[in-house]
Amino acid sequence: MNTNLTVNGRPHALDLDTRVTLLDALRDQLKLTGSKKGCDHGQCGACTVLVNGQRINACLSLAVMHDGDEITTVEGLSSDGRSPLQAAFVRHDGMQCGYCTPGQLCSATAVLDEIARGWPSHVSADLEGPVELTREELAERMSGNICRCSCYPGISKAILSVAEDGTVHREAAE
Amino acid sequence: MKPFDYTRADDLQTAQRALHEGGTVIAGGTNLIDLMKLEVMTPGAVVDISRLDLNDIRDHDGGLYIGAMVTNSDLAADLRVRRDYPVLSRALLAGASGQLRNKATTGGNLLQRTRCPYFYDRDTSCNKRTPGSGCAAIGGELRNHAILGTSDDCVALHPSDMAVALRVLDAQVEIESLDGTRHLRPLDDFYRLPGTTPHIETSLEPGDIITAVVLPKPTGGQQSYRKIRDRASYAFALVSIASVINARDGKIENIALAFGGIGARPWRDTRVEDMMRGQTVDDQLIQKAGDLLLSDARLLEGLEFKADLVHRLLSSTLTEAVQ
Amino acid sequence: MTLDLKLDTPFEDHRADQLPQGILGHEQDRPDGWLKVAGRATYAAETDPDGLLHGVLVRAPATGTVMLSNLAEVEAMPGVRKVMSHPKMIRNAAQGTANKAPVQGVDHADYVGQPIALVVAETFETATHAAHALIVSVDGVVKPATPDEVTPEQPDDKQTILGDPDITFADADVLIDETYTTPAMVSAAMEPHAATADWDGDTLTLRGALQMLKFNKNELADSVGLPSEKVRLLAPYVGGGFGSKLGISADCVAAALAAMELGQPVRVVQHRRQVFEVNTRRSETRQHIRLAASKDGKLVGLGHEALVSQLPEEDFSEPVIQGSHFAYAAANRKLGLEIARIHRPAAGSVRAPGESVGVTAFEIAMDELAVATGVDPVELRLKNIPDKDPESGKPFSSHRLESALKQGAEAFGWGSRPDKPRQHRDGEWWTGTGMSAAFRVNMVIEAEARIVLSESGATVQSDMTDIGTGSYAIFQQIAAELLGQPMDQVTVELGDTRFPPGSGSGGSFGAASTGTAVWLAAMEIRQQIADRLGCAEGDLTLQDGIATCGNTRTSLGDLLSDEITGHGHVEPGDAFEKVRQATFGAHFAEVAVSDVTGEVRVRRMLGSFACGRILNPRTARSQCHGGMTWGIGMALTEELTHDRRDGHIVNRDLAGYHVPVNADVPDLEVLFVDERDDWAGPMQAKGIGELGICGAGAAIINAIHHATGARIRDLPATPDKVIAAMTKAGY
Ligand SMILES: Cc1cc2nc3c(=O)[nH]c(=O)nc-3n(C[C@H](O)[C@H](O)[C@H](O)COP(=O)(O)OP(=O)(O)OC[C@H]3O[C@@H](n4cnc5c(N)ncnc54)[C@H](O)[C@@H]3O)c2cc1C
Ligand code: SF4
Ligand code: FES
Ligand code: FES
Repeated sequence: MNTNLTVNGRPHALDLDTRVTLLDALRDQLKLTGSKKGCDHGQCGACTVLVNGQRINACLSLAVMHDGDEITTVEGLSSDGRSPLQAAFVRHDGMQCGYCTPGQLCSATAVLDEIARGWPSHVSADLEGPVELTREELAERMSGNICRCSCYPGISKAILSVAEDGTVHREAAE
Repeated sequence: MKPFDYTRADDLQTAQRALHEGGTVIAGGTNLIDLMKLEVMTPGAVVDISRLDLNDIRDHDGGLYIGAMVTNSDLAADLRVRRDYPVLSRALLAGASGQLRNKATTGGNLLQRTRCPYFYDRDTSCNKRTPGSGCAAIGGELRNHAILGTSDDCVALHPSDMAVALRVLDAQVEIESLDGTRHLRPLDDFYRLPGTTPHIETSLEPGDIITAVVLPKPTGGQQSYRKIRDRASYAFALVSIASVINARDGKIENIALAFGGIGARPWRDTRVEDMMRGQTVDDQLIQKAGDLLLSDARLLEGLEFKADLVHRLLSSTLTEAVQ
Repeated sequence: MTLDLKLDTPFEDHRADQLPQGILGHEQDRPDGWLKVAGRATYAAETDPDGLLHGVLVRAPATGTVMLSNLAEVEAMPGVRKVMSHPKMIRNAAQGTANKAPVQGVDHADYVGQPIALVVAETFETATHAAHALIVSVDGVVKPATPDEVTPEQPDDKQTILGDPDITFADADVLIDETYTTPAMVSAAMEPHAATADWDGDTLTLRGALQMLKFNKNELADSVGLPSEKVRLLAPYVGGGFGSKLGISADCVAAALAAMELGQPVRVVQHRRQVFEVNTRRSETRQHIRLAASKDGKLVGLGHEALVSQLPEEDFSEPVIQGSHFAYAAANRKLGLEIARIHRPAAGSVRAPGESVGVTAFEIAMDELAVATGVDPVELRLKNIPDKDPESGKPFSSHRLESALKQGAEAFGWGSRPDKPRQHRDGEWWTGTGMSAAFRVNMVIEAEARIVLSESGATVQSDMTDIGTGSYAIFQQIAAELLGQPMDQVTVELGDTRFPPGSGSGGSFGAASTGTAVWLAAMEIRQQIADRLGCAEGDLTLQDGIATCGNTRTSLGDLLSDEITGHGHVEPGDAFEKVRQATFGAHFAEVAVSDVTGEVRVRRMLGSFACGRILNPRTARSQCHGGMTWGIGMALTEELTHDRRDGHIVNRDLAGYHVPVNADVPDLEVLFVDERDDWAGPMQAKGIGELGICGAGAAIINAIHHATGARIRDLPATPDKVIAAMTKAGY
């Protein structure tokens, strides 16, 4: 089935078996293996990508459902792989094996946006008040991304550091 | 996955025609694709309704009209929901993960299938998956199973958090039938108990599409949703409670309670509410309410703890509401 | 040339403290980190050779003789290339360091879930569907699947009796006599096991998710019937292992056999549910622990008898009592391990096999002793530190438990803790603190590495893997430090069996073993440079690309008209006969327990560890975070459920098996004891990746007791069990 996807700003016209998930289309057809498959069932978050700016589990979506959609994967988060968030993950050791890392990065990118839009979370004390980016808020919002190496402290520090200064100084991080 | 034809419906009529020809609806896909991958569900044709114009939330008769395609994220973040139906926001936010909520829809969430691990395992028997094959869960390992509304053929649990909140809010489901007519059905009549036909889960007829969920005018009162689970986030409920309570001077004026984690469907028992209305909350009343709620509970081995959790949640919820 | 080293004697010369480059022992970025954040590190399933076929493993639905009734039909499905049920396919992953094929065969299933066929097709979708379409029937009798159904084996070499423990238990002033249980658990590394195999008619090249390539190469060669030289393995990036990728796995052998048979590259990725079943799990344990003590908490006798399970024909058994052999002094001792042979998926090494569960249960018992005697838990541990190995009488190579305990207690604020439980309540939440000691044996494995130094910098090579442990960073640091190079002048290449055989990653021995080989390789290069300059190696200073010898300063660039190669080789020697070597630590945790729901939240946690020299505090800290988080999982959330009827794993996915998520883990504080273990080789460094889990769960369980007065002895402490324990305690 013909499907047009714009991935990381580049248009792609694909002819797909209807069974191909968005994740497998990215990994196998477009050779963008940055998005990972940890469970294939929405249970780990390793496949998290942004579709029209929102984070989803690419393993639980059919590629053909995304005709015309804009998709951003870890490869598209920055041109040089050294965005403030990416640099902060290295600096704070927000990874060990690195397998969950692309999903964490895509998720974190969306979380910062969700917070900016005032979306509450399960741990927000007040549903209607402004959202404060605390460690607890972040931990809840990032809980859809499992890290078995258990780099949660580093991941949280990395995201908080970017949220706080807006950017991480490149030189410092390199 | 078994090969299937895929149709993207641009309007409801196309969708219904495809359904009429034996298709299965896909909305967010987070439950259907999960099960299709394991070939627990094997539709030959899939009808994508995700681009139908069913994704607005609008005021309706003093209440709210929620399109079936509204995502769980959008619904939880809607300012009217946060203000007037906080129990619904809370229930949604306690479910799944941020990623899944972005994809999961109102209609799909209502119709998600049980998480009974034997249902998910084609190598075991399951009356829900293969009618008449038996139930491997009974006599096996029970934890995320129901204690109320079960039968000898199935002890599966309805896993939704959202539906528990909708039940406590007296929501109605808007259904469009094959002939194009729409009608509203109270959620209380929407889910069927397993009985001897656990594979039939709702009163939907073939070709029916859920177009919306309608909430009545907010009743005020104190609303809360509390969910107990095996880890702090990203896990289904062991037991949950949704409540809307109007109380004055320690006395209950009006009350609605619904429970997750215990029922073959999102559980509500109006006998309990009727019994409590006008009463003063004390230990005795709480005990009586719990006993009544659980009077028909079937506590199979491994599920005994749920009764205790229900009593405890009931107690803390009622105590907090009258404080 | 090679610099060989057998670890026979202590290294009292702390060279690493005197080197001028200032890299080793300091925080450094992981060089692989930049690839990982960019999505450019390629794991086992992420190469794409021409003509790639996709294989999917098929499981046995029951135990017994296997029949594939519609094999021909499935093979005829469009796009399907082969339904392979090959007698050389393996039953389960090999045990760590097996070095030979594990049990093979597909005509009989010994456990539910055993892989019994591989379906190969042109696409992943076709292969998956065909695998579902294959009808597998099994005619077999139901086999024992719970430990209670069989009489366990009692291997002689796993029983220790010293002194007169039974009399001591009968006569003790204070006796703790309790049974603790831990459930089966799994590694659940995030990257599913996967293999891409390519056969060129002569050599098999396989990219796999593997931890120990030099062993895996022989295991694969033996499994498929090739000489070992005809197998090349690649695993430059591995998405976590934690023991589950120690031995060759079913996907690798099946992919290799299919590639050899079809003459096309084949990729096999285990489905997450298969990851739970076909590799190895941590056995459930039942541990009977007895502590006989004087009134003031001095141990006079200890008993630790454990029951674990294992599939027939597997050598490994969870060494539950390993830590108890040396943790505490007591003259009268009874330690034993029993193994129930049952038909659950094979058991094997999972992060810190033995101590992870053994120390955890023992440290809960120690807390019970602290409560019974009224001795402060930290004080109780301090009182019972042995001055030599309590069983063999050997000296410890280095024993810094006291420092770890004191430093941890101080930083955590342990001193202000009330003795009695149920002292703090915060709304419905009871809060309390708990601690435990941590023990883990230390191991070294034979390892080799090579360094090539040229004008353009140094390249380090070994078939060692980096499964997240930081090998890339640490080897880069060692080479940079010894060779006086800036970090970015050193490249590390790992995970290819064409490189010298390293130790592999496992048992926390990677950094110390292969790291020492890298150290030796660098030393050999230093020696050659010193020779060229005509001075002794010890007088040579290498810093920022300049070699200084006495008064002469030479740019390395000028010296290196050619490449210099150094080769390092380390192997374990007599050191292990002469001394008892281990790592030690202490965990402290604060928890909140809901009086209403029994839910437990860890509010803070601190670990204090003595593991010899810390080569990179940042990556070391991350390893400890990992271990401590696994402790949270073990204490609160993780449990593999086996069906009581046939032993199959019921919750074999990441929604049913609860590994901790971000919200379960508070900020974790990690402290290191400044230690040099001279017996651990020229770097005085020991293993670190596993110590963090040993006992961590006990600190949490003990904190639950302190918070609520309820004692959990059956892990994990899920809400239902916490409520039951609170009720039992009368609250
Ligand atoms: C790992 C994981 C964890 C989760 N945790 C939770 C949790 O904690 N709490 C919770 O409540 N849920 C949880 N969920 C479930 C999740 O909420 C559901 O998967 C989701 O709500 C389903 O919505 P969907 O739109 O994706 O449905 P789909 O998968 O698209 O559809 C589900 C079913 O509904 C039918 N359907 C969908 N829309 C319509 C319609 N408009 N009319 C008629 N039929 C329709 C489909 O045919 C299908 O049978 C979890 C899911 C996963 C994978
Ligand atoms: S409880 Fe219901 S869903 Fe589960 S195995 Fe039995 S019949 Fe199937
Ligand atoms: S791979 Fe998609 S959530 Fe795990
Ligand atoms: S870094 Fe290994 S799983 Fe997160």
